[in-house]
Amino acid sequence: MAQRLLVLIGTRKGAFILAGDPERRGRPDEWQLSAPLCEGWPINHFRQDSTTGALLAGGGSPWYGPAVWRSDDLGASWTHSSQGLTYGDDGPAMRSVWHVEPVGDTLYAGVEPAGLFRSVDGGANWQHVEGLTNHPSRPTWQPGNGGLICHTILAHPTDQARMWVAISSVGCFATEDGGATWEARNRGVRADFLPGPEPETGQCVHKMVAAAGLPDRIYQQNHCGTYRSDDAGRTWICLDKGLPSTFGFPIVAHPSDPDTVFTIPLNGADRGRYVPDARLAVWRTTDRGDHWTALRQGLPTGDAYVGILRESMARDDLQPFGLYFGTSTGQLFASADEGGNWQRIADLLPPITSVETALVDA
Amino acid sequence: MTVIVLPRSLVVLFPGAERRVTADGSTVAELIDALDRRWPGVRDRLCARGPALREFINVYVDGQPADLGTAVAPGSTVHVLPAVAGG
Repeated sequence: MAQRLLVLIGTRKGAFILAGDPERRGRPDEWQLSAPLCEGWPINHFRQDSTTGALLAGGGSPWYGPAVWRSDDLGASWTHSSQGLTYGDDGPAMRSVWHVEPVGDTLYAGVEPAGLFRSVDGGANWQHVEGLTNHPSRPTWQPGNGGLICHTILAHPTDQARMWVAISSVGCFATEDGGATWEARNRGVRADFLPGPEPETGQCVHKMVAAAGLPDRIYQQNHCGTYRSDDAGRTWICLDKGLPSTFGFPIVAHPSDPDTVFTIPLNGADRGRYVPDARLAVWRTTDRGDHWTALRQGLPTGDAYVGILRESMARDDLQPFGLYFGTSTGQLFASADEGGNWQRIADLLPPITSVETALVDA
Repeated sequence: MTVIVLPRSLVVLFPGAERRVTADGSTVAELIDALDRRWPGVRDRLCARGPALREFINVYVDGQPADLGTAVAPGSTVHVLPAVAGG
């Protein structure tokens, strides 16, 4: 059966679907853009649940509050719910959903203020995973520039009791008992914006990604460097050597090679947060961070004062795999050859907050 | 019976909802409960913890600013308006 490749785009002003022929995905004129979805709400994460096929979007309206949106017909119709997305009448007000992660039959949502919720009915009702909020460090948690947000949820590929989350600007936490208890895992990660010795928590992790085939290997793009852990996050190794800066947001793993990841450094937290020298590049390592190579063929070579946010880079699962990233100024770039060559496949979108892909029957 | 005028941006979230509806209730909270029974989820969109109206949701009863506890008389008109915000 013929298939369509969908690039799912979350923006500050709604979600969009860019649909194209997988065989012709390298051609900019092959893509068709949908109308804005989710009624123009700010959407922080837009993805497919590959098990059910449902499209899921997490975000929050400044007027109507947080919600997880769901479509079971590829965007033609939607439901939305925040039932249970609350810390109770005595807790902080819930602002937004930042990440949605299907794990088996369960959906997880990372929210702002930072916390983790789960749903066992497809997103209609949510339950607080209190163990994370009950971590002893909770009173010290401080927001980053984007807020106090739980933006990464990594499930162990075979052991559903194990999971990692990342919170800005707090750090990485892991559970090995299904969410009942959590351990901070930030050893070796700098927090240059704090005085004194390296803290147990307070690190500003921007995104984490699991390496293919090695469940205990995780890569992390941080406010203060790029890191790899080979022991499930217990210790982190800095990978900054060879990168043009220590600051960036997204990081994406190779589908099968645990030594290869992609990131997009920005020039620095206090320098405008543009790509370095206003030249767009995706940086790739193929040796687990020992060396890095800039991939820029087809990308703007100057005057590119753009940023790329934490959820805004993704890959597809085709062969060879494609890479995609969206900018905070509304351009979407794609490579059909694993980063070798790039084309701009959409423009003039609202600020892009999230990019994911899905392969569906035509 | 009270007339409730709802904002477009709320109505589009609930298939079948209309801009101008009627409901029974003696307070704003009871009217919102009545709307929520008709279109489940409306309360979550209008109310936050407390419960209280969401920060940027304004309600007026017969032209006067109101909150969830404000009394509503039969024949009143209630406007639900999103605050001016955004960019």
